[in-house]
Parts: sequence; C-alpha cells; structure tokens
Amino acid sequence: MTATTPEIVAESAVAAKPQTPFRRFVSDFFESRVATAGLVVFALVLFVALFAPLISPQNPYDLTKLDILDGRLTPGAKSMDGMTFLLGTDDQGRDMLSAIFYGLRTSLGVGVTASFCAMMIGMAMGLTAAYFGGMVDTFIMRIVDMQLSFPSILIALILLAVLGQGVDKIVIALIAVQWAYYARTTRGTALVERRKEYIEAAQCLALSNKRVVFRHLLPNCLPPIIVVNTVLIANAIALEATLSFLGLGLPITEPSLGLLIANGFTYLLSGKYWISFFPGVALLVTIVSINLVGDQLRDVLNPRLQK
Amino acid sequence: MLVYFIRRMMQAVLVLFIMSILVFVGVFSIGNPVDILINPQADQEEIARAIRVLGLDKPLWEQYWLFLVNAARGDLGRSFVFNIPAIELILQRMPATMELAICATFMGVLMGIPLGMWAGLKPDSVSGKSIMAGSILGFSLPTFWVGLMLIMIFAVYLGWLPSTGRGQTRNFLGIELSILTWDGIKHMMMPAFNLALFKLSLVIRLARAGTREAILQDYVKFARAKGLRSGRIIGVHVFKNIMIPIVTVLGLELGSTIAFAVVTETVFAWPGMGKLIIDSINLLDRPVIVAYLMIIVFMFIVINLVVDLMYSVLDPRVRIAEARG
Repeated sequence: MTATTPEIVAESAVAAKPQTPFRRFVSDFFESRVATAGLVVFALVLFVALFAPLISPQNPYDLTKLDILDGRLTPGAKSMDGMTFLLGTDDQGRDMLSAIFYGLRTSLGVGVTASFCAMMIGMAMGLTAAYFGGMVDTFIMRIVDMQLSFPSILIALILLAVLGQGVDKIVIALIAVQWAYYARTTRGTALVERRKEYIEAAQCLALSNKRVVFRHLLPNCLPPIIVVNTVLIANAIALEATLSFLGLGLPITEPSLGLLIANGFTYLLSGKYWISFFPGVALLVTIVSINLVGDQLRDVLNPRLQK
Repeated sequence: MLVYFIRRMMQAVLVLFIMSILVFVGVFSIGNPVDILINPQADQEEIARAIRVLGLDKPLWEQYWLFLVNAARGDLGRSFVFNIPAIELILQRMPATMELAICATFMGVLMGIPLGMWAGLKPDSVSGKSIMAGSILGFSLPTFWVGLMLIMIFAVYLGWLPSTGRGQTRNFLGIELSILTWDGIKHMMMPAFNLALFKLSLVIRLARAGTREAILQDYVKFARAKGLRSGRIIGVHVFKNIMIPIVTVLGLELGSTIAFAVVTETVFAWPGMGKLIIDSINLLDRPVIVAYLMIIVFMFIVINLVVDLMYSVLDPRVRIAEARG
C-alpha cells in the first residue's frame, strides 16, 4: 500500500531506492481504489471457498444434520434446534449460507482448474505456432480461428451433449472452449517477442530450442496471458453456472452456484426468492471482483500506459 | 476473387463434414436409447424389432453413412420421442427463436444507442458514468439469473407480466408470431429484454466510443459553425457515423444471440429451438440432438462465410492474401 506517514514519504523521496519491477507493479495496482476493493472481495471469496467446511454453520451435504421440517424457511428464521438460518433454507432444510459456501468452492474449483489447464494447453500451442511458424503455425491457427467463430456456449453445449454430465466432463468442456483464447493471445505476444534481439542473442549462443522457448520467450510473454487468465476464470465460472443451470453441468451431488440457483427456480414462482437470489448474488460478486482485478491488471501491465 | 470464393466454400464444406462426424459419433456414444425408449416390460422379440426399426442394430459407420445420405436429401432422422422428422420438429420451433432473437437485437439497439450517445456526450456527468457502470454490470451479470430476477419482480411480486410461454400467436404468412397480439407482446417483453441485456451493454459501449470520437471531427465542427441546432447535429451527423460499427458487430452477434437463446428460452419456457435441444439432451433423443447441432453449425458456417466474403469484397487485401496463401 502507499506510504502515508510523512517520514517515510520523505525518506523514499530522498533515498530513491531502486524500485524493483515487482514493487512498482504492486504500487501501481493499488492506485485504483475500485481494483483494491475488487482484490479484497476476491480474497474474501477465495478464503470462503477454501475454508468452507470450517466456517460454514452446517455441513449442507450431511443428510443426518438436515431436517426436512426446516425446509423453505425465510432468511433469519430459527431451526427446530435453535440454529439461525441467516439466508433461509432450501426445500431440503439446508442452510443457504452453508450451501453457498460449498457452492463457491465447487464453482471456483471448476473455473480455476479449467482455466489453468486451458492456459497450459493454449500457451503450448501458441508458443509452438509462434516459434516454429510456417505449416505448424497455419495448422494451429486455422483450428483456433475455426473454433473462435462459434460462440463458447454452443461449443460447450455440443461437448456436453456428447460427453454427458460430471465434474470431469464440464472441466473438459471448459478447457475445450477456452484454450483457443490462450493460444491466440500467446501467439500474438510471442510473435512480437520473437523478433527482439534477446531471442536472437540466445539463438546465436546455440541454446537449445527448449531453453530459448521456456527460459527466454515464455517469461516475456506472461503479462498479457495473466490478464487474459483473470478474465477467462470469470468467464469459466459464469459458463459453468449457466450450464449447470441448464442441467448439463455438474451432477446434483456436487452443487455449484448455478445448480443452487436452478434448484430455487421452482420455488421462485411462489415468492420464495432467497433460494435463487443469494447464490446469484454470490456468483455476481465473484465475477465482478475478478473482472475488476483483471481490468486493473490490464492497465498496470500495459507498457503503453506506463508512466 | 473466384479462387478465393471456391477456396473459402471448400473450407466451409470441410468444416461442416468434420463437425458432422464429431457430432454424430459423439452423440451416438452418450447412452443406450433402447433402455429409455422401449417399454421395460417388452419381451426380447419386441426389443429386437424396435432396435431394427430405429436402425440401432447396424454398425456405427453404416449408421453414419445412412445419416449422410439422408441428410443430403434433407432428412435428419426421426425423433425417437415425438416420432416425427427431426428437421420438421426443429423448423416448427425455429420461428419462435428467430422472433425472440430479432426482438432482442432491436431492443438492444433502440435502448442502447440513445443511452450510449448520452454517455458519450456527457462522459463526466453522473448520468453518463452510471450508464457506463450499468453496462459493465450487464456484461458481468449471468443471463439466467437476471431472467429469474425479472420473473421474481415483474411476474411474482408485481404481477404485471406473464412468466412462461409465448402467449397468443397470430399467423402471418404461414408463421406464428407473438409480436402481433398484445398478449404475445406481454409474453415477449421479459425474455427479449433478458436476451437483449448483453447486446445492450455492447451497443452502449460502441455508441459511447463512437460518439466521443465523432464529436471531435471536423464535420461536426463545420456543422456547428454553419449554425445547425445541436439536436440535428447529434441526431443526423453523429448518429449516421456511429451506426457503421454497431451494424457490423450486431450482424456478427446475431449467431451468438441465437445460441444464447438456449438459456433465455429455458428460463422463460419459451417454446423455441433452444428449449427443444435441452429437453432432447435430457431425453437422449439423439436424432433431434444431431439435427439441431447440424442445423446450428450450418447456420454459423453460412454466417461466417457471408461475413468473410463480404469483407473480401470490401477489402481487396484480404482476398489477395488468401488467394496466395
């Protein structure tokens, strides 16, 4: 964070410590209050998702803890044995707050895993295309272009219609949807970096292809990939929620936020809004916070905007 | 030009062929429709007969070959569930989806352009900033959840709008349309707005960026110097110039609007193609799944082809580069 006390400000101005790129990056990032808020909220969401079993008031999937008589209680109502349901309960008598914590865990887990795998595959493809060029490049980029001409939901729909339900299936579908974005970004950046002198120098030293690509080219391509990664994690979470809502995504045994919302849909028409409403808010908060962080990262990592 | 055209057409046919194999092989490995479609009390002979009638006893490549031959004749198989040709089933549902997609696009344009222009003219005002914040929210909000919230507010609490179905339709040139009756329009409002939300956010951004650029141009200064009213400058001169990118993007987006209609149709029980495909996936109605996917892939290939060819007509550099490559 920025220094506030006058001594420290004066000291840093006089001493003019050589700023490491990382430190500049951090201070640039926290310049925007909105982005800082986004990061704090996202950290909170991450915390909740990681420690859901520890902080949830109830284990929502332990059937012995549930009481069907507690079903569809309004937010703030008390259960038979005195527990307060801050966000109400669903039709099974499950505490919505706990269900949302567990749902966040699933949603984030699926989104992050899928995006990460897609990034690995996409980066490998993009680097290969950019470094070797020629036929390899044409072949890979034709596939990427072909895939990107279809909307993501359509591709996911085709794949899930083919593969069926399950956590692994939805992760595969999300990877298949997203790798092309990473491949295109990586190739674009790598093509620019490849022409720079340090790559030429590395090649003149007769370093192996592997070493040039992984130790020289790749690290310099990372900033735009990181930006794309944040945006695509948010997209993966939203897409997974949509597919689960359509009944094509995760099975009932591992409810994500999308499935919780779908579950409440039936009761929405009778005015029981909380079963769908609160998971949706959790989803929205997650997506918006990731997007805010991504926006700021894009500005900070963009060399054209650097002061 | 002709070389490019032929090359591009061949590419499109190749893509269609590859997709047909992927879809066919994939869909036919989902599960065993025999278990679902044949009466569990049926004896062995009845099951064997049903399998023969459905063509499920032949090897996969033969089923695919039959499928290809029939597809060339415009026959994509019969629905296991409805027992009518799959293509007929989809074509019956298509007008509902198209109507929804087109209404949503119009809604996005009619609301988005004035809002975007306003935000572009007054970028620092509170109203301009809130319009932009709204458009960011429009990108981030999950469509299906917004749909549910619309139902909650307008159907459940206020009771103003119906939440499901198409309402009363009227026949126009052989097509049933909701937009021609008041009841249909009432049914249309929420789904169309829901589907329009993403487009609306997009149009706001395009219109704002275009307006901010246009008002600095010489022709606007000249129009001002001539003493034209600012209403006319904005309504005629600026408006015409910001429309070019908006029309281009919306043309490209029509395909994805149809694809995303799946979500909106499911939320509002809109009887279109999207709802049909979701129902068919759940019932393992394979011919319908295959036919839907083939039709939608075909639509996309045609849209992409048309766009590419139009670009090559407009920009000679594209076709020269492609003809060489």
